[in-house]
Amino acid sequence: MSSLKVTDLNTSFRTDDGIVKAVSGVSFDLQEGHTLGVVGESGSGKSVTFLSVMGLLDPRQAQISGSVQLDGEELLGASPARLRQLRGRRIGMIFQDPMTSLNPVKSIGWQLEEAVLIHHDVSRKEARRRAVEILGQVEIPRAGQRIDDYPHQFSGGMRQRVMIAMALINNPEMLIADEPTTALDVTTQAQILRLMKNLQEEFKMAIVMITHDLGVVAELADDVIVMYGGKVVEQANVDDLFVKPEMPYTWGLLGSLPRLNSTGARLEQIPGQPPSLLNPPSGCPFHPRCEFVMNICREELPVLEPSEQGENHIFRCHLDDESRARIWNQKRAALTAEETAA
Amino acid sequence: MTELLKVEGLEKHFPVTKGLVFQKQVASVKAVDGVSFTLNAGETLGVVGESGCGKSTMARCVARLLEPTGGTLTFEGRDITHLSRNDMRAVRRDMMMVFQDPYASLNPRKRVGFIVGEPLEVHGVGTEKERKRRVQELLEIVGLNPEHYNRFPHEFSGGQRQRIGIARALAINPKLIICDEPVSALDVSVQAQILNLLKDLQDDFGLTYIFIAHDLNVVRHISDRVLVMYLGRAVEIGARDALYVEPKHPYTGALLSAVPIADPQAGRARKQIVLEGDVPNPINQPAACHFHPRCPRFVDGKCNVDTPLLEPVGTSEGHRAACHFPLERWPMTEEEMRDPHLTAPVEAGAPD
Repeated sequence: MSSLKVTDLNTSFRTDDGIVKAVSGVSFDLQEGHTLGVVGESGSGKSVTFLSVMGLLDPRQAQISGSVQLDGEELLGASPARLRQLRGRRIGMIFQDPMTSLNPVKSIGWQLEEAVLIHHDVSRKEARRRAVEILGQVEIPRAGQRIDDYPHQFSGGMRQRVMIAMALINNPEMLIADEPTTALDVTTQAQILRLMKNLQEEFKMAIVMITHDLGVVAELADDVIVMYGGKVVEQANVDDLFVKPEMPYTWGLLGSLPRLNSTGARLEQIPGQPPSLLNPPSGCPFHPRCEFVMNICREELPVLEPSEQGENHIFRCHLDDESRARIWNQKRAALTAEETAA
Repeated sequence: MTELLKVEGLEKHFPVTKGLVFQKQVASVKAVDGVSFTLNAGETLGVVGESGCGKSTMARCVARLLEPTGGTLTFEGRDITHLSRNDMRAVRRDMMMVFQDPYASLNPRKRVGFIVGEPLEVHGVGTEKERKRRVQELLEIVGLNPEHYNRFPHEFSGGQRQRIGIARALAINPKLIICDEPVSALDVSVQAQILNLLKDLQDDFGLTYIFIAHDLNVVRHISDRVLVMYLGRAVEIGARDALYVEPKHPYTGALLSAVPIADPQAGRARKQIVLEGDVPNPINQPAACHFHPRCPRFVDGKCNVDTPLLEPVGTSEGHRAACHFPLERWPMTEEEMRDPHLTAPVEAGAPD
């Protein structure tokens, strides 16, 4: 039983304009076989969180503090050699853009074999056998022939399958997927999401799904973290988050989504822009865009408190329980009224 | 309602050549292959399809940024298919475009005032002073601060840049705005702002939109009618609600079914139809119905022999689909999709 435990993770970057606090105080647990969705807008710190976890940030630029434990082993401060042993072997990673993540001058087979040979003392022939097998598992037709093709001979969806194959080739216990379907068409996205679900059932992997698409989260995740301005602002299991969200940013996200059964009524919009991490707003990071802002929001960062709505549901907001319940019920009524009208 | 634009049998074939000196044409990519539709003043036509289906090429042909190789374009009753560059410039006053990437479509070395005012200058509208006032007014209309007149594009976020692009498109009061994926590079909360802005502008100025997007939720939200394209052809067109509630073409059904639902319970309850494979190479287009190699309702001897025409379907007026075996109802399970209620032997062979 493997697990990833992240406690109070902070990442900041030194830039010419000052210190950028990209991630502050992020904590979560991830258990075997579970899928954690991480949603947030650009600049919310969702990618940097997991680059920090994997030790993929340049230590000369990034300052990381806190604790990242994989089965009790501390990863922050671990030697680069040790991290290289873990990455690709126990933790696989898929990046957003399959066009740029593959080496254009090496064949797919060469790149897949390399991933095996780095971690296992096997012959190239054995590595190749494994590469063909994994390409078959990610449903690439005629894997035995296509293995000698180069990335430009594959379509976008196929390249993303190759990326998934590369991440899975050493049977990792954990897969971190950073916007894996954002560059793809809906039909291809549906194929890739279904593939990830099937592979998870087969290999019992834990998956982290970083995305800005709430639809993808709803389809794939068991638990969801909502990030804003480098902080976790709400965390809950997927049903609770969509049915009983507890804070204004999550309400705004759900409201600003055009839905398939939309009647074209005005979308609820969150005014303004995501915050600058260079000069973060004081108090609650969301207060400059929040329609329910109070004086205390500008001064004090609300703590992550447990919700009464469900187990393991935590959120940040200064609004009292009664107001939050009342506001969400109103918003929800407006959303469902539109849906039933459709 | 008056008809603003009529597109008939629009074609754009790009030649594929071989050889360096004697460029012999060996094939052609039929990026747009006989698309027809009409557009009434004040309405929004959404255009959806996967990447490579020709939706952007179609839009560029309509604005004559690309020369169509066939078909006719009628704008306000006037045939503009073969207008000269000079004559076309006058028509372009009424027809503007908003592009996808707000980072790439604004000149980084020019100030916002120049970028937004350039159409006014090109068309010789007003004096310099009047133009400046108009630009400031435009910035205000799209929700930017008029004082940002002297700033450069890099000083703005993605959503603000898209507002600049919209202000530029509005500058000379066009009738038609062609939006090519205007919100796909934006965050959800900002995307909602831009969609609301486009709707407000339509109400205020009576604009007509062609709205191209690959996000079906967005298209449903903004459109009055929707056109679905596949490999250069229109496969289905109809009023928004008719098309989304009762899709008739299996491709439309598959697209709708592929959209992730932002509701975990509803998502688990539905039965998804996941298409196999990718969009075929447009150089070697499949015979007859382009969709037949991926279609769950494929019938051998019909779909790969006869090209289906865009014919009226369903009960809603103007709803047309190009399919021999249109869907009887929606939603359907995968088994129902496969059986077009025919006695003919159905070969649901695995598509390559």
